[in-house]
Amino acid sequence: MENRWIPIGRMTDDKDVLRDVWFGRIPTCFTLYQDEITEREAEPYYLLLPRISYLMLVTDKVKKHFQKVMRQEDVTEIWFEYEGTPLKWHFPIGLLFDLHASNTALPWNITVHFKNFPEKDLLHCPSKDVIEAHFMACVKEADALKHKSQVINEMQKKDHKQLWMGLQNDKFDQFWAINRKLMEYPPEDSGFRYIPFRIYQVTTERPFIQKLFRPVATNGQLNTLGDLLKEVCPAAITPEDGEKKNQVMVHGIEPMLETPVQWLSEHMSYPDNFLHISIIPQPTD
Amino acid sequence: MAMPNSLLWAVDIFGRIYTLSTAGQYWELCKDSQLEFKRVSAVKQCCWGIACDHQVYAYIFSSDVPIRYQEETYENQRWNPVGGFCEKLMPSDRWQWSDVSGLKHQQLDSFTLPSPHWEWESDWYVDENIGGEPTEKGGWTYAMDFPATYAKDKKWNSCVRRRRWIRYRRYKSRDTWAKITSHDDPKQLPDPFNDISIGGWEITDEPMGRLSVWAVSLQGRVWYREDVCHHNPEGSSWSLIATPGEAVQISCGPYDLLWATLWEGQAIVREGIDRNNPQGISWTTVEPPSSENGILHVSVGVNVVWAVTKDRKVWFRRGVNSHNPCGTSWIEMVGEMMMVNVGLNDQVWGIGCEDRAVYFRQGVTPSELSGKTWKAIVSGRESDRSQTGSSTSLLSAGCFFSDDVREQMNLIVESDADISSDTKGPQIQPNLADTPLSGAAASVNGNNVGSQSPEASANLAVDPLDSSPEEASPASDNGDKAGLEKPKSSADQDPHPAELQWTNIDLKEAHKRPPLSASTFPETSSLSSLGMFSAGVEEQYDTDEHPLWAWVCGGGCLVDSHSSLKWFTLQSGLLSSVQSLSLSISPAQTAAWRKQIFQQLSERTKRELENFRHYEQAIEQSVWVKTGTLQWWRSWKPHKWTDVRVALEQFTGNDGMRDSILFIYYMYHEEKKYIHVFLNEVTILVEVLNDAKHSFALYTPERTKQRWPIRLAATTEQEMHDWLALLSMSCCESRRIQGPPSHQAIWSVTCKGDVFVSEPSPELEATPHVMPCDQMFWRQIGGHLRLIECNSHGIVWGIGYDHTAWVYTGGYGGGFIQGLASSADNIYMQSDVKCVYIYENQRWNPVTGYSNRGLPTDRYMWSDASGLQECTKVNTKPPSPQWSWVSDWYIDFNISGGTDREGWQYAADFPASYHGHKTMKDFVRRRRWARKCKIITNGPWLEVPPITLWDIAIIPSSAADKEESIALWAVSDKGDVLCRLGVTQQNPAGTSWLHVGTDQPFMSVSIGAFHQVWAVARDGSTFYRGSVSPKKPAGDCWYHIPSPPKQKLKQVSVGRTSVLAVDKNGNLWFRQGITPSYPQGSSWDHVSNNIRKVSVGPLDQVWVIADKVQGSHSLSCGTVCHRTGVQPLEPKGLSWDYGIGGGWEHITVRGNATEAPKAALHETSEEHSANPTDLEDGENGGKGNHSKATLMVNEGQEVDRNAVNC
Repeated sequence: MENRWIPIGRMTDDKDVLRDVWFGRIPTCFTLYQDEITEREAEPYYLLLPRISYLMLVTDKVKKHFQKVMRQEDVTEIWFEYEGTPLKWHFPIGLLFDLHASNTALPWNITVHFKNFPEKDLLHCPSKDVIEAHFMACVKEADALKHKSQVINEMQKKDHKQLWMGLQNDKFDQFWAINRKLMEYPPEDSGFRYIPFRIYQVTTERPFIQKLFRPVATNGQLNTLGDLLKEVCPAAITPEDGEKKNQVMVHGIEPMLETPVQWLSEHMSYPDNFLHISIIPQPTD
Repeated sequence: MAMPNSLLWAVDIFGRIYTLSTAGQYWELCKDSQLEFKRVSAVKQCCWGIACDHQVYAYIFSSDVPIRYQEETYENQRWNPVGGFCEKLMPSDRWQWSDVSGLKHQQLDSFTLPSPHWEWESDWYVDENIGGEPTEKGGWTYAMDFPATYAKDKKWNSCVRRRRWIRYRRYKSRDTWAKITSHDDPKQLPDPFNDISIGGWEITDEPMGRLSVWAVSLQGRVWYREDVCHHNPEGSSWSLIATPGEAVQISCGPYDLLWATLWEGQAIVREGIDRNNPQGISWTTVEPPSSENGILHVSVGVNVVWAVTKDRKVWFRRGVNSHNPCGTSWIEMVGEMMMVNVGLNDQVWGIGCEDRAVYFRQGVTPSELSGKTWKAIVSGRESDRSQTGSSTSLLSAGCFFSDDVREQMNLIVESDADISSDTKGPQIQPNLADTPLSGAAASVNGNNVGSQSPEASANLAVDPLDSSPEEASPASDNGDKAGLEKPKSSADQDPHPAELQWTNIDLKEAHKRPPLSASTFPETSSLSSLGMFSAGVEEQYDTDEHPLWAWVCGGGCLVDSHSSLKWFTLQSGLLSSVQSLSLSISPAQTAAWRKQIFQQLSERTKRELENFRHYEQAIEQSVWVKTGTLQWWRSWKPHKWTDVRVALEQFTGNDGMRDSILFIYYMYHEEKKYIHVFLNEVTILVEVLNDAKHSFALYTPERTKQRWPIRLAATTEQEMHDWLALLSMSCCESRRIQGPPSHQAIWSVTCKGDVFVSEPSPELEATPHVMPCDQMFWRQIGGHLRLIECNSHGIVWGIGYDHTAWVYTGGYGGGFIQGLASSADNIYMQSDVKCVYIYENQRWNPVTGYSNRGLPTDRYMWSDASGLQECTKVNTKPPSPQWSWVSDWYIDFNISGGTDREGWQYAADFPASYHGHKTMKDFVRRRRWARKCKIITNGPWLEVPPITLWDIAIIPSSAADKEESIALWAVSDKGDVLCRLGVTQQNPAGTSWLHVGTDQPFMSVSIGAFHQVWAVARDGSTFYRGSVSPKKPAGDCWYHIPSPPKQKLKQVSVGRTSVLAVDKNGNLWFRQGITPSYPQGSSWDHVSNNIRKVSVGPLDQVWVIADKVQGSHSLSCGTVCHRTGVQPLEPKGLSWDYGIGGGWEHITVRGNATEAPKAALHETSEEHSANPTDLEDGENGGKGNHSKATLMVNEGQEVDRNAVNC
């Protein structure tokens, strides 16, 4: 049978947000640091990086590419840097980009290093097992906040594996077949127990802000992104008649402050089930 | 959640009646509230109460369907040679005006209205219908003599004739408290009433809507109201039921439980209540838990009895059921209550002793009837919503549970107790009513919609105490505490000019909050225009002034463990009653923030991806495989379940599309073999659940022809659903089908209630080279339905097995199709109830009479309908694990052929036709037992309450204007014909029903493209409705259409111009001779046999569900068939093309207006039908192919056991 008769009537469904979030890609240009010793000239390497993944999980090709032009003995642990800032591999890629490089021209220029691992800034990543452990730890922490760990504990080992494999192999369906369970809540409640979120600012020393925050206020109203910021990071909010100084960014967009945090948590969390929110200074043009 | 809204009734201490909806969060004052009440007892359709005048009142809910009663009388005449037929009868004859038997004299003017609550609908008129056939004008039916069998034709020997006159009266006092008047002898009248309880509707369905109404009078006598039913909502008279002592209070359950309390503290239990004797036979006394504290109050359900003793302790009676209505022993429960009330599903409510709040017993389930805990209902009153204070401030002020308020309650409790025993009450009551608590506060603050400060609300909390001096004294004992909790309020307190002060504060504080509410709800104005809530109101609760209750009744309140009630938390308006909005628009969807996110995401994708698509992806795509172990129904004999390894390989094709292959590896003579199926060839995946196996069937066009699908079974339901979900997603993906079905979609349901939808290709109706219908791809949509109807504007309605009407929400997925293959919005919980039947068989023997000792050759003494399968009460399980029992086994009296008083049907031998009375020739008998089971699933359906339906029809096409209303007709399950108003594409559920009067119950209705309405009555008579048009949606009158000779029709379908009908013997008929000027047509033409249902589409295409369709492997029942060769000149078509089946129950093609691409059909149907010679040709053509037209039948062959199972 032919496929000519594709049904009409696609609405904007909330699930489309999940797809858009999952399939977000950042065009990236990897360049080898000038001081790295090479045998031949190192060509830059271009790649579409999944926003929701982790640097060390998706850069095998990059490593291979630059290894080719280097002496074997110089190939040590790879690390990445953007405009002088070492990039933390345990932050999702989209967060790194939003935090450090949003409002800059694309592609994103990342510098590749092998020497001088910045011990004080970065964690070592000897294998993908470390990333998996970190990822699963985040998922578990998020579920502890959302469901007192009830959902994650009821899952089987293979379900946990499926979450990880889904992320690793970029299998949206495989991942969400399990992850949807983590996004459910009892119908008599209006949302999760607490919203798993982390708020990042480049301007402070503190790595991120994380507090207990309920999706529904005591008066029964849904808490919004604005409510969240007001409570945990009031500096980020533009005063009533003041000039906008900051951008509040998730997945490269700025949701309105009226957006309910419960909805955000269900639809715009990273695969680790956290909302990673970046507060960045408003570009001055 | 899509459970219908139902009401909890309560009376406050001032005698005002309030209702609380299961979907609501506020107590609403009863519309008609002129009277003050002391008791109410509610069921779904009505509420009875005793007002303070000690009279009984009934509140019958209004409905789109009127309560009408048909009065009838017969006019009898005899022929004589002089005057022909005339009024002169022989002296031995019946009255000239009589009832149907002729024994009772009843003239037209002897009929009067039974009470002031009735009105006549029209004048008397003659009925021109006899047994489904139209009579001659005048309605006379003829016979040789009285009494005799009457016929519509006059013969040479017809000496007498009679005709039937009918007139309808209508009950008019609905949605109001109608006083029950009695025609009894004034001396026999009961003394003033003291308590009332209604129930007993489960005892029997006959007559429809029958209720048991029990009352207790002040002198302690018990009364039963005779003849209360749907057609006679007031009942006819009170009968005195003797009791062993003076009764105080009574409680009647939905079924056969009836308990009352005696003045001395015992309870009495009515025994012997059944369908033949709803009043019961005798009383048995049950002693109270302890002799010093007698039983004060009792309430019963189906299987439970709760009681309150004089010390306010709550008791649960252990071991109560139909067979042992007295139960075995008392169990003391936690909590002290004024009274308790058992409602539907044995759920329990109570009124707290301390705080006079209504409590709901949480956790009551069939397995744990005593529940878990009492939970207070904190809902405020609707009338209080416009008043005072935010909930947060009040809660923090602590006044909700503060002692001062409680003290006041105790005081009222005492005074209320006085009311019931002596006459001190009336003095106290007005006194309370005069406090600002109820009157002044409401009137003053009602005008100030803005929020109030904590000070203001706290003020309000204490004011009532101060306003009346004698009540203030108990409160002052706790004054210190109250003062600590509300330091500000006590300081500000000014007892006297309270009203003024509140007004001032209101004005002052009103400015404080608006900025916040405005910023939190940017779209408040648009939402409130949808009738949801008004700006700012969601914040306000009047918790301090929480209502004090005297009585609660849950007899009409449908709550179960799946219900999510909003009664226990003070919620914001945004979260409430989202479903009450029109379909597919939830506040979240229309919100600006949501639009912004969609827009920004698409901008982001453009920005970050558009110019970089040539970049390499970081993660390579690969083949993904799911493997597992399943069982496979072996294709060679002997057929049996065989363990197999199964693998699904998904790969991405060059075009970027995914495709999949399913491999099934099996052993054949120790050799490893496999079969494989490309999922893009699969036409349908059908769940075949039964209690033994979790299996599903997979069809391809080839396997549809063979009637032999691939059948696979998993060990658990979950595993099967995982596979099904994955396979169906892969099928849809390989066919690029995504999202909701189109408006053209063809919908069908299986006999298991599963819903399937197929997208029609243009070739489907492209005569002469049609696409074979075994190639249609069907995907499942969640939900459970018996019938489904649609049109080409996307209006889809369904009816469940429990006759609930459902409207399609525009979603997709649901059921096992979860997550990504399912829409996130528009999926709701759906439930359905059906009966499982087993038969008890007995044989007569000369020694013991009828007994369960059959002959060795007999069927099982407990069996299925065929007698071939043994089915006992114990071993019979619900149809699948998705179903659970919701009733016990009961004798089913509603079986064709009728039954005796115990439900038996008699016959000469098994198997035979059964009749409802014993004769000399009968040696065997059987009776049918039924047990209800319930499924809970979900799907894109919302209930259309409250009228339950039997059939639906939607006009196949009409103007495409979104605003224009779309004609939708229905038949209620009681047989009323209804026309839905306000159905538009925007609001597919419509607004209300318009009742279309008929003289008998109907069973089928259909409407054609030009508003031609055809309908079939239950007696098989067929009608055409005249003058139906968009302006006159209900038309004007019925035209009786004679049935095909010796056949009774059961279903009709009208397409563009074609009218086809199915009779009770499975014949399909085409209506000949229809022209625009003569839309009734002239005669019925036979088309085919073995037809169960027909659906005629907007192109006049004909689709049916047929039985006994021959496949190459087996025969199938319930098969989708398509009539081929249907053309304007050949409206009956030529032959059948066979599609999916068996096990299909219903199909509707009324959405498919997709014409063939070549559009060769230039002749319009009107042209052709206006031309009689063309019709002649068409008819001949049809007859010439008659042999082909008939379905192939091979009676001897085994019916397809692979099918879904009819």
